[in-house]
Amino acid sequence: MPGHSRRKMHFGKLYSFSCFKPSFREDHDQIGQRGYSRVVYCNDPDNPEAVPLNYRGNYVSTTKYTAVNFIPKSLFEQFRRVANIYFLVVAFVSFSPLAPYSAPSVLAPLIVVIGATIIKEGVEDWRRKKQLQIENLYSGIAQSAVFRLQQCDTEFLCLLALMSFMVPGVTVPIAILLSNAHSNCNLSSNCSLVTLTVKWGSIVTVLEEKTLKWFQDIEANNRKVKVYGRDHTFIETKWKNLRVGDLVKVHKDEYFPADLLLLSSSYEDGICYVETMNLDGETNLKLKRSLEATCSLRDEESLQKFTAVIKCEDPNEHLYSFVGTLYYDGKQYPLSPQQVLLRDSKLKNTDYIYGVVVFTGHDTKVMQNATDPPSKRSKIERKMDKIVYVLFSTLILISSVGSVFFGIATKKDIASGTYRRWYLRPDDTTVFYDPKRASLASFLHFLTGLMLYGYLIPISLYVSIEIVKVLQCIFINQDQDMYYEETDKPAHARTSNLNEELGQVDTVLSDKTGTLTCNSMEFVKCSIAGVAYGRGMTEVEMALAKRQGDRPFEVDGSLSDVSGHNGNTVDSGKSIKGFNFRDERIMNGLWINEPHADVIQKFFRVLAICHTAIPDLNEESGEISYEAESPDEAAFVIAARELGFEFFGSTQTSILLHELDPKTGEKVTRVYELLHVLEFTSSRKRMSIIVRNVENQLLLLSKGADSVMFERLSKHGRMYETQTREHIKKYAEAGLRTLVIAYRELGEDEYRIWEEEFSKAKTSVTADRDALVAAVADKIERDLILVGATAVEDKLQKGVPECIDKLAQAGIKIWVLTGDKMETAVNIGYACSLLRQGMTQIVITLDSPDIEALEKQGDKEAVAKASHESVTRQIREGRSQLSSAKEGSVSFGLVIDGKSLDFALDERLENLFLDLAINCASVICCRSSPKQKARVTRLVKVGTGQTTLAIGDGANDVGMLQEADIGVGISGVEGMQAVMSSDFAIAQFRFLERLLLVHGHWCYRRIAMMICYFFYKNITFGFTLFWFEAYASFSGEPAYNDWYMSCYNVFFTSLPVIALGVFDQDVSARLCLKYPLLYQEGVQNVLFNWPRVLGWMSNGVISSIIIFFFTTNSIFNQAFRMDGHVVDYEVFGVAMYTCVVWVVNCQMALSINYFTWIQHFFIWGSIALWYIFLVVYGSFPTTVSTTAYMVLVEACAPSILYWFTTLLVVVSTLLPYFSYRAFQTRFRPMYHDIIQIRRLEGADSDLSIDLPARVEIRMHNLKVNLRQRNS
Amino acid sequence: MMSSNTASSSSGNAGSADSSANRRTSKRPKYSRFTQQELPACKPILTPKWVITVFLLVSIVFIPIGVASLFASRDVVEIVDRYETECIPPANRTNKVGFIQSSADKTCNRTIKVTKRMKQPIYIYYQLDNFYQNHRRYVKSRSDSQLKDPKSASDTSACDPEGTLNGTVPIVPCGLIAWSLFNDSYSFSRNNNETLTVNKKEISWKSDRDHKFGKAVFPKNFQNGTLIGGASLNESIPLSEQEDLIVWMRTAALPTFRKLYGKIETDLNPNDEVRVILENNYNTYSFNGKKKLVLSTTSWLGGKNDFLGIAYLTVGGLCFFLALLFTVVYLVKPRRLGDPSYLSWNRNPGGR
Repeated sequence: MPGHSRRKMHFGKLYSFSCFKPSFREDHDQIGQRGYSRVVYCNDPDNPEAVPLNYRGNYVSTTKYTAVNFIPKSLFEQFRRVANIYFLVVAFVSFSPLAPYSAPSVLAPLIVVIGATIIKEGVEDWRRKKQLQIENLYSGIAQSAVFRLQQCDTEFLCLLALMSFMVPGVTVPIAILLSNAHSNCNLSSNCSLVTLTVKWGSIVTVLEEKTLKWFQDIEANNRKVKVYGRDHTFIETKWKNLRVGDLVKVHKDEYFPADLLLLSSSYEDGICYVETMNLDGETNLKLKRSLEATCSLRDEESLQKFTAVIKCEDPNEHLYSFVGTLYYDGKQYPLSPQQVLLRDSKLKNTDYIYGVVVFTGHDTKVMQNATDPPSKRSKIERKMDKIVYVLFSTLILISSVGSVFFGIATKKDIASGTYRRWYLRPDDTTVFYDPKRASLASFLHFLTGLMLYGYLIPISLYVSIEIVKVLQCIFINQDQDMYYEETDKPAHARTSNLNEELGQVDTVLSDKTGTLTCNSMEFVKCSIAGVAYGRGMTEVEMALAKRQGDRPFEVDGSLSDVSGHNGNTVDSGKSIKGFNFRDERIMNGLWINEPHADVIQKFFRVLAICHTAIPDLNEESGEISYEAESPDEAAFVIAARELGFEFFGSTQTSILLHELDPKTGEKVTRVYELLHVLEFTSSRKRMSIIVRNVENQLLLLSKGADSVMFERLSKHGRMYETQTREHIKKYAEAGLRTLVIAYRELGEDEYRIWEEEFSKAKTSVTADRDALVAAVADKIERDLILVGATAVEDKLQKGVPECIDKLAQAGIKIWVLTGDKMETAVNIGYACSLLRQGMTQIVITLDSPDIEALEKQGDKEAVAKASHESVTRQIREGRSQLSSAKEGSVSFGLVIDGKSLDFALDERLENLFLDLAINCASVICCRSSPKQKARVTRLVKVGTGQTTLAIGDGANDVGMLQEADIGVGISGVEGMQAVMSSDFAIAQFRFLERLLLVHGHWCYRRIAMMICYFFYKNITFGFTLFWFEAYASFSGEPAYNDWYMSCYNVFFTSLPVIALGVFDQDVSARLCLKYPLLYQEGVQNVLFNWPRVLGWMSNGVISSIIIFFFTTNSIFNQAFRMDGHVVDYEVFGVAMYTCVVWVVNCQMALSINYFTWIQHFFIWGSIALWYIFLVVYGSFPTTVSTTAYMVLVEACAPSILYWFTTLLVVVSTLLPYFSYRAFQTRFRPMYHDIIQIRRLEGADSDLSIDLPARVEIRMHNLKVNLRQRNS
Repeated sequence: MMSSNTASSSSGNAGSADSSANRRTSKRPKYSRFTQQELPACKPILTPKWVITVFLLVSIVFIPIGVASLFASRDVVEIVDRYETECIPPANRTNKVGFIQSSADKTCNRTIKVTKRMKQPIYIYYQLDNFYQNHRRYVKSRSDSQLKDPKSASDTSACDPEGTLNGTVPIVPCGLIAWSLFNDSYSFSRNNNETLTVNKKEISWKSDRDHKFGKAVFPKNFQNGTLIGGASLNESIPLSEQEDLIVWMRTAALPTFRKLYGKIETDLNPNDEVRVILENNYNTYSFNGKKKLVLSTTSWLGGKNDFLGIAYLTVGGLCFFLALLFTVVYLVKPRRLGDPSYLSWNRNPGGR
């Protein structure tokens, strides 16, 4: 894909993140113009104006290939490759007399190679389908399809049955399904068919997922939905029959059949809840709200008169944006994503909704999103292309040399009327050999030469590499050490293109939340009424304690019980998810004895009421779980529940709590009348809720970020401010997320006035309604009374510090890009050993007093200018600090905040910034937005030219993952969005260590070796042909029989090299992890740099020279056996070919590091296969075998000279390489050589003790080295 | 060079096996040495000991073979007589091509002196030079089916321009190879008129006689065209018995080649004078090709060629030298290869 369009696409995606809510005015202006041209005639799809629009139907097909288009489509894909086109042309030419060998022998390998590639494509496609919601397939299909089968859809059943006959891959699940259907089915006519199918299905079991996927599509296309018909009632129809403009009714727990505009719901105010699991993997419920204008259309009668027109954007992939206008009742209403229900999400907690179909089928947002991740190619592969070009040039060069000589020789054949080589009959010849037209003959010969030396271009290289990569992926997927028991997730390589790139990663850019941490929020501490509660010790605190020399670290100030932190988990019966709060002072209802019991009560009431979570009662256990918008919120509700304020139910207008009555000590139910929710937005950074309690008090309960909350406190509400601020600071230092809790009582009058204003704002139809609502909300969120603050911990994932340490030892630079506060980020940095003691921190921030002062003045330009200057200055300072300490062993950590980052990423500054950053051991960017993350990734990728790897788990990391050379998704809590756009998916951050150091290293090594070897073996072979040509007056006669040649790449040399690519290991996994520095072989690309590639190539040329000249000199011209026979063309071909097969296979045996039975089998088997082939092929009739007839059995095998020559040639050809390696291992060993030898000597046990120290020194050397290379 | 290593088996497996067994649809990858890439393997490492051993081993094997080959080659007696110029009357030497194409008498007498005793069988070869039997046009110009099967006589598509006579009647055997059949002939006598019989039977490959050239295929229309290439064939003898043709049809790989002409099944003694009556018919003069008559005995290794022996000795000697070199290096600087001071990226580790 051309880079330009890809970039464009990316920014498009980023845009959707940065502007969640594009301002209406701007976008709505564009309606009707390009990109915003869709017109939907609601409830009137047969409108004469709607018909010519001809939007796509709701039919979907998600497979890349179908049974029908598979062959042509995949063939087309194949011939998009230059090399394959070359081979295709060659194949065509082979039918002409130009061909040096027969057409079948040219076509056969091409067919084998392309066939193998196509099969591989098929398998890949199949695998891709498998990973697409395979779980859903089993559960979803089994349930819904059986349900549907009960309704006995004849067509559906027949289709199923038919499919099982067509595709022999109908398998157990379908068999089960059908047998279920069988028992439920009341259509006797189908039953025999079904029985038959069940039998058939149980006999044949292959290709299950493929069938299942098709099956899923068919299933989806045939689902039923209620559509408003002409007779003004709802009738059932199939999904695939839906048209744009149709009015549909969707019931609870049903999927939306297309992208709908929400008109109204069973709730009066037109809200509904949706689960978007299939879109972004998030399990929490999302609230959608219809326009006020339409929410009254709640029955079939009122719908009768409903007609409207929607003008909106064209289909696109942005899930979170929608721009449109509704023309209804002569008025215009702006539409936002709030009113759009997306296909594949599910209606929850709402009885039914009415909606208008806006996008159908492949136009829906989910389908638009279902594109493959941008295709990425590894550096090695890109370089390989260059090498192929080099080989192409070589090919052209030697072909033209050959044709020049040929032309001269041909021209000379007729000289002054006499025929020189009369035996060629130059007087009566075709154009190809015509001395009178020697230059034309010479040109045509050039084409012959291209074919003849075509063996220089390894025809099977691409397919071999792809096969190898697929197998490597299987090894990655199968690695038990990357399997995560808790979520039952193994590692998953989603693309096979980038395996070797894993071995060359220079910089890792990591998300923090959910990647380094678990993203399961735990309520650990709180500060109420100026008293700190919660005695647990966070990991960060432990790390901090360690960093400060094991001095007990006091968080609570007054209370230090460091010893309690490991004991306290034992006494607390069972652990509760999201709750890790231990403090006997307020737990188990003891809070009533605390001095500020009333404040504590208020505190937990706020936690229990002020949220948007939905309780979910488990009928069996009676336990309540919560579905919340964010894990933080869930943690609060759970904490409140655990402390005796159980939120157990809610309606549209009320919130129900079980509370502990402090006076009686009993549990009572309290009802709070819910009046208003002032929602959380990232700009407001707070949420509030207005309720009326049983005492008829009006309360505004509020929670929010400290930065916005403290300024909203009333004068008398600041009693605990200083202590709370102190605590919040400490919590942040301890790596906790904090929120401030406050409340206020409202007067009835005040409320009434405000409510009026608020309702007006809410119902206003102007474009800036949101801003208006926010402004009104802001009016009442004032004069709050501070209650306290909460602190939730996002725990570090297991093994993160160790993993980061290992990666750092391997010379990989790690950048953390997080949205957190600087303090939190820095402390997490310490906790995960990203920042270490003794590291000098360079901090770049704009939180300086003068900038803030400027900001208050509101002069944006001045602020920008000052900020820019400030950042520049800070970067320069850091740079000078760095260079002054260059020779010291001090390493640096760079911390930069989001605001500064914006300026640092400015064109003028980015190089300076990059220069500073790459010289720091670790970099932390705080408060960075998704867009910034992607931009930083891009800067590193382009700026350093090194391989970057981005790792993240959330939707906000998608841009980063796609921008980086390799995107690794963590299949964690935040859903599948990141995973779906990643190249590799792992369950835990710590698996990155194994993925890179073991699999990456191996794959890099394997692929690099494999490509080098491929070139070597083909050059060796190709050049023997060339040398022979020199002795055949360049006439284009190959030295070998046609079929020997076509089998060369396919049978005699391919399997060992594939075995190399799949299995070779220089050192075992254990040693890879033990000596992480080994990884630098990949980063510095020592196995695939030009000297090495050219080295292998010249080795090939030298080998071919030795093979050709030693063979010819040994067996010519004397008798080669005792009975006086001499060597002719046939014997010579076999003798030389034997040497080539032996040499390249033995070369393989010499170069690999790992001999299992597989390698032995393939290498020696290939050689044996050659002899077997000769015997078998030689026993065919002479017209088939031609020059190979009985050649081994009769002529060669009885000749001692033949065997002696083979031995001589093979040993002398391998001698240069062997000596080179012997000297290299002795005098300039590579890193893996050393490790291998140490392992052999059993000396690695003592090495491990002093390794880290030495590694530090080596790392330093390495950096110096790199710096020299860069400059 | 080899050291066997049994890979350590996974330890993390046993502990969690129970829990995963409970889970019905666990996606835990199954353990096998194969999938975990822990197959038992040899890991060849080039330690000095192994390097020296390998070099020594090669030299120990190669030097004896070299000596034996050299002896075998020395045992062979080979007499080469180049005659292409000598057999043209001095008057015609300015226009050799003209002479060879004329109908003049081309008989020529040569005398060969035997220097060493030659045990029978003595193989007679003719050696041509600068003759491209491996030219693509030439090699392809034959019809295997026609040679084999009398019914395929008209299968001459590959044989142009020697496929058919006047475009109608197929030529058997067709093609340039057969057409240019060598037609010099030699007869031998020793020490004044003791005729040496030349056995021309079994000079070709048996498989050729039995399978490639049919017993029922007889030459037809051969050399009847306007241009006559080389020898003509007796039309009453089947192709399978035309051994000169069979030998010739096995094309040579290089432009200089020998072909078997016959065998003398009498021992020749030193100082014997062999007189050769030679019909010098074949035109190599157009392309300046040499013609040589070769008489040679064979050893167990075949004919006379010192190259193999010398090459074996050279390679064997080189390996011995390298083994010595390594030993010296190893003795002088016995630094351990696993020396950690090598663990550095400072030097640029390039190359293979």
